[in-house]
Amino acid sequence: MSELETAPVSRRNMELLLLLLALAVSMGAYYLVGINSDQGLSQEFITQGLFLAVLSLVFHVILRIWAKYADPVILPVTVALNGIGLAMIHRIDLAKISRDSDQSSRQILWTGVAMVIAMVVLWAIRDHRILRRFTYTALAASIVLLLLPMIPGLGVPINGARIWVRIGDSLSFQPGELAKITLAIFFAGYLSSNRELILLAGKRIGPLQLPRLRDLGPMVVAWLVSIGVLVIQRDLGSSILFFGLFMVMIYVATARVSWIVIGMLMLVGGGVFAYLTMGHVTRRINGWLNAFDPDIYYAQGGSRQIVEGLFGMGDGGLLGTGLGNGSPYLVPLANSDMIIAALGEEIGLIGVSAIVMLYLILVSRGMRAALGSRDAFGKLLATGLSFTVGLQCFVIIGGVTRLIPLTGLATPFMAAGGSSLLSNWIIVALLLLISHNARRPMQASLSATAEVATEAPRRPKNLKEAKK
Amino acid sequence: MNDLVFTVLRLGFLILLWLLVLSIVGALRRDLAIGKKARTGAPTAREIRKNPDLSPPPEAPAKQQASMLVILEGPLAGLQHELTASPILLGRAQEATIVLEDDYASGRHARLFPQGTRWFIEDLGSTNGTFLGENQLTRAQPVELGQKIRIGKTVMELRP
Repeated sequence: MSELETAPVSRRNMELLLLLLALAVSMGAYYLVGINSDQGLSQEFITQGLFLAVLSLVFHVILRIWAKYADPVILPVTVALNGIGLAMIHRIDLAKISRDSDQSSRQILWTGVAMVIAMVVLWAIRDHRILRRFTYTALAASIVLLLLPMIPGLGVPINGARIWVRIGDSLSFQPGELAKITLAIFFAGYLSSNRELILLAGKRIGPLQLPRLRDLGPMVVAWLVSIGVLVIQRDLGSSILFFGLFMVMIYVATARVSWIVIGMLMLVGGGVFAYLTMGHVTRRINGWLNAFDPDIYYAQGGSRQIVEGLFGMGDGGLLGTGLGNGSPYLVPLANSDMIIAALGEEIGLIGVSAIVMLYLILVSRGMRAALGSRDAFGKLLATGLSFTVGLQCFVIIGGVTRLIPLTGLATPFMAAGGSSLLSNWIIVALLLLISHNARRPMQASLSATAEVATEAPRRPKNLKEAKK
Repeated sequence: MNDLVFTVLRLGFLILLWLLVLSIVGALRRDLAIGKKARTGAPTAREIRKNPDLSPPPEAPAKQQASMLVILEGPLAGLQHELTASPILLGRAQEATIVLEDDYASGRHARLFPQGTRWFIEDLGSTNGTFLGENQLTRAQPVELGQKIRIGKTVMELRP
């Protein structure tokens, strides 16, 4: 694990500039939706736009106070993505295709909640190394979160997947979204303390060095529980996400390519097994390979959604039909799973590639925070969290564009859905914290790093002596 | 409003979106330039004229790289360990790369690891400490050729 050095410069002014540009993009999207709809510019343009602007400026001020040296582009990128998503959801609402045509005000409410919670995370944690103390608490929390929807009366199945928890009449929540954060914390904490044991102890068979089972035990338990629960809950997207997170974190911690090889083999094996035995996986893969077959198109849960999305994107072409001018509402779930298809229709290939670029920048800044971080836990956590965002984008955008089978994962920051917004904003808050700690001047953090350098390795040694 | 205005606004939005992306990339480029270590390739003549600090440093005498860890004193005196790219764990524990049979060494005493062209030594929280030259280590420090590393009664040095 290497380190890169940067001069400690607070770059909040740059952030403010980019943030204003990002807000201009969001307001521009809202404005276009407004003038192209039948009702003309509505009240929502003012209220929702102002709400987003005020919240993100408050966030910026909070960063000036508590995370002065944080990465300057993470917040603007996130606000731009969130704003474009809001405008698109508002646009689908205006088409009044579904009974529930007030998604955008719920989404803006969730955006507010998510940003406030992200600010609270920034204020409460300050130093990400605190999270290391909660390694096993995070494991327990992940298991509880993943099991919550299985509790009768609390969990409700929606679209065949039992991943929702309903509280009261209107508030439903997907606890699995938060589990990806707690799992990343657990993997980072566990691997940063036991990295060398996993690397050095154990038998060597040919070119492969196998770790001892008891060193890997908690990892295997965490992985089996998450995959097992997800297979039972029939949520394919999340199980790919957790599996990918597991593989990447263990690869980054050990730098052994053999883990990737083993992981790929397991993925192929699991995929073939699921295709042969599980009905919903078979349908997904058929809908992907033979999307244009009429039988599959008209079948229940067939390829209609993907094909309509492809037609929409084809209609948009390079430049798109213009926000508010296309007909993206023809695609089922146009405001959540298929929001990229809706955007592809209205802002075209050029617009969607800008959005993909924004995601790419976000992920690369997360990786940059990991490179700059001075402790192994921070490196692993930042890698894991930014990889989750990247993998989510790949799985859902790849699914919508028929590169891989479509699975239901939320497009980060864009898709309608409160739990996904909340967890992704918390991820952003954690990445900002890690980058702040990575970039702030050494002098200020000397005591903190010195404490970590001496305290962390001492623990295993004491254990060893206690045994003797 | 007529179609022309719509078209202009539509294209204007796309331009604004890409303006955001490009200004972020521009900001990132500056970020990379701040850490001069992250620079790749030699600076151009024009960059040097603008900023004299960038001119390539006078050729340093070619440094010899360490390829051998030699134990000079202590129970293992005379042992030579070939250095590869992987870190070395020093200590009494059986999993250590060099198992020190030294009563004053801890199980996992210190770690010697390469970074770039240099080797660093880091104390792993040992009871009796690790000394580089005269000084006890408090953090990871680079080890020069011929500099004495002392752990308990064992003294070792790096040789080319």
